[in-house]
Amino acid sequence: MPTDVPLLRMQGISKAFPGVQALQGVDFEVAPGEIHALVGENGAGKSTLMKILTGALRPDSGQIFLRGRPVEIPSPRAAQALGISMIHQELSLIPYLTVGQNIFLGREPRRGRLGLVDWPRLYRQAQALLDRLNVGVDARAEVRDLSIAQQQMVEVAKALALSAEAGQGFGATLIAMDEPTSTLTERETEVLFDLMRSLKAAGVSLIFISHRLEEIFRIADRLTVLRDGCLVGVRSAAEVDANDVVRMMVGRQLSEMYPRTNAARGGAALEARNLHDGRELHGASLTVHSGEIVGVAGLVGAGRTALAETLFGVRRATVGEVLLAGQPLRLRGPGDAIRCGMGFVPEDRKGQGLFLNMAVRENIAISSLRRLSRLGFLRFAAADRLAGEFVRRLAIRTPSLRQRVRNLSGGNQQKVIIARWLALNPKVLILDEPTRGVDVGAKAEIHGLMNQLAAQGVAVLMISSELPEVLGVSDRILVMRAGRIVAEFSRGEATEDAIMRAATGAGGNGGAAP
Amino acid sequence: MTAPSASAPPRAPAAARRRGLETLRRYSVLLILLGIVLFFALSAPGFLRPSNLLNVGLQTSIIAIVAIGMTFVILTGGIDLSVGSVMALSGALAAGLATRQGLPAAAAIAVALLVGAAVGAANGLMVVRGGIPPFVATLATLSIARGLTLVYTEGKPIAGLPPLFLWLGNGRVLGIPVPLLLMALAGIAAWVVLRQTRFGLHVYATGGNEETARLAGVSPRAVKLAVYVLSGVTAAVGGVLLTGRLASAQPNAATGWELDAIAAPVLGGVSLFGGVGGVGGTVIGALIIGVLSNGLNLMRVSSYYQLIIKGAVFVLAVMLDLATQRRR
Repeated sequence: MPTDVPLLRMQGISKAFPGVQALQGVDFEVAPGEIHALVGENGAGKSTLMKILTGALRPDSGQIFLRGRPVEIPSPRAAQALGISMIHQELSLIPYLTVGQNIFLGREPRRGRLGLVDWPRLYRQAQALLDRLNVGVDARAEVRDLSIAQQQMVEVAKALALSAEAGQGFGATLIAMDEPTSTLTERETEVLFDLMRSLKAAGVSLIFISHRLEEIFRIADRLTVLRDGCLVGVRSAAEVDANDVVRMMVGRQLSEMYPRTNAARGGAALEARNLHDGRELHGASLTVHSGEIVGVAGLVGAGRTALAETLFGVRRATVGEVLLAGQPLRLRGPGDAIRCGMGFVPEDRKGQGLFLNMAVRENIAISSLRRLSRLGFLRFAAADRLAGEFVRRLAIRTPSLRQRVRNLSGGNQQKVIIARWLALNPKVLILDEPTRGVDVGAKAEIHGLMNQLAAQGVAVLMISSELPEVLGVSDRILVMRAGRIVAEFSRGEATEDAIMRAATGAGGNGGAAP
Repeated sequence: MTAPSASAPPRAPAAARRRGLETLRRYSVLLILLGIVLFFALSAPGFLRPSNLLNVGLQTSIIAIVAIGMTFVILTGGIDLSVGSVMALSGALAAGLATRQGLPAAAAIAVALLVGAAVGAANGLMVVRGGIPPFVATLATLSIARGLTLVYTEGKPIAGLPPLFLWLGNGRVLGIPVPLLLMALAGIAAWVVLRQTRFGLHVYATGGNEETARLAGVSPRAVKLAVYVLSGVTAAVGGVLLTGRLASAQPNAATGWELDAIAAPVLGGVSLFGGVGGVGGTVIGALIIGVLSNGLNLMRVSSYYQLIIKGAVFVLAVMLDLATQRRR
């Protein structure tokens, strides 16, 4: 097979939904054995393009070529027969089945006249596949016992098995991965990237979708940028930098990705002393001053979310105390923390932050109802005024206050949650992964908002797994490991290296333990 | 409502499709009701006679009142299977206290309502404090309350009720049956509470996403406790009305009524997953059930077959709910 013929060529792909042109004449190419990143803001058309590639949607016009030959992909099954698979952000494995059962689900090898499942053969084949990927996963393990990273490996193995059964070699296999690193730790990401590199070496082609530009530059050979359903350009990863890509994505120059206006730091607003929660926290102490943004870094499992939840009264502190403006708090639940002037933007936006079926207005007003009601009766006009004010101030893009929040983009949803707290004039705002899954433009807006709040004297505590974000946004950076704050850096002295060393316990000379 | 910000909704097509489906869902219930009415008007002799229509209203009203309490529970994502037994227990208690213990009728009824509230509180505590799934907790209460009724009545009906009971069950005000008036009252009150008060929004918030509600400062536990108490009270009201209507308390009264009380809101578009629907739908759902059983009676369909038909209608309603949910 000549290598100059692309493995995949999608040509002039258009797709319209009622009221929206999701894709307009988009060309997209993947070379054999290439890792190709697909980049764009939410709503740029990435997922529509991938749905067309994997047979979940039919294009209105355009053609798809595999190794130069035109193909039709009317269904996911047809995509699989052509060696094309997709690994979704939400993994689709069944937790109570074993790895082997998941890989061969619905296609179990049979034996005998009764067609009973040939378990030994199934596990032999599954294990052979896993060993070939060198991922150290036992085919007989139950999926629920695996980490997210390991589950992704299993998905990869399943994709390869499907491709092989369709008679396609590794060289004809194309796997699209949608935000595979968003739930991984730094180290797991590294392992995934190693796997991707070895797949590439074996001739497998990969499409990598991610919001994290630094990852794209670490792993991808080329990248294709989409904006508003149109192709903006294809670049070799070597010839552009993050700023170029951001410019291509948003169509404008972000003055600087992480602007930080220095605010005057006030007195201690929120303090934690020797916090334990009986599970993940083992003596965490910290101080956040008014007018200051404190970033908390750390690996997954270091206890960052536990810390936020304990500060906000979601979890009970078994030992230690939380102080607000020097006064010890007795937190029996989030309601107490809210009454004391705290707000919390949780990590899981849809599961913990939003009422997806309720309107923007109700989502913003829910914590301010006491002020917005008289004798228990709601004052809708007041609620409209309040919600309207914050929709304007935070530039929340919604057609109306009655719009269901589920119809908003991720960034606007996040702003709705932030608006909920701003409506209460909080003294302290805790944000757990505030920009996860949010597109670049909205991300900058959220960072700007945090800046503004700090400038107004709010104490801001931000947890983030993205080191560039922590470094760019914070005045001070705390690093957590094993349920404690193990290092503290000022804005000037923090580097990615030093933070990672502290977070992994690799030692070194970074920062003093408080 | 003003549009404070310019651009269009980001995922318009999906939203439009969903809106369409929801509109269809909302009006489909009404259409189904009209369709059933039309069918019986044509094929059931005497269906449209005013006296019969009044009778339909009477039959519907008691179920509707119980279903209104149930609506609150289902809106929080819960379920109350004990309502049929609570109806029997409160009816028997009210009747027994009035006839055997010689309490004034109003006092006897008040005690019965308090007992209904207490049973509801027990349900709520099991769910909130004990962490027992509502299905299991209220299934246990279903059995316990029925057992208490049988013990209290020794398995025999209690008759010879004071006039207040009979008036509640069969009396009229300005020509309108009292239970129908009470249903209207309960419906309006429930609508106001759900749509106009803080508590109502907390009910929707709890059912919409309990974790979000908790983090937003709502107390889902308090809300849940309250809705089970409310359901206990409406079931007790229903039980007293039924006793009055039958002019006696039957130990086996209202057996299986939990199905109707759950089917009414579900038919009316209250989602079993919580957070979606309203009391208007519940009343229409109860009317569908009432019209169906009245019409089938007029057509002399045996009550055995009616049970089968009712079950099938319920399954269809749940399937419609699931189909709507899946598209959300």
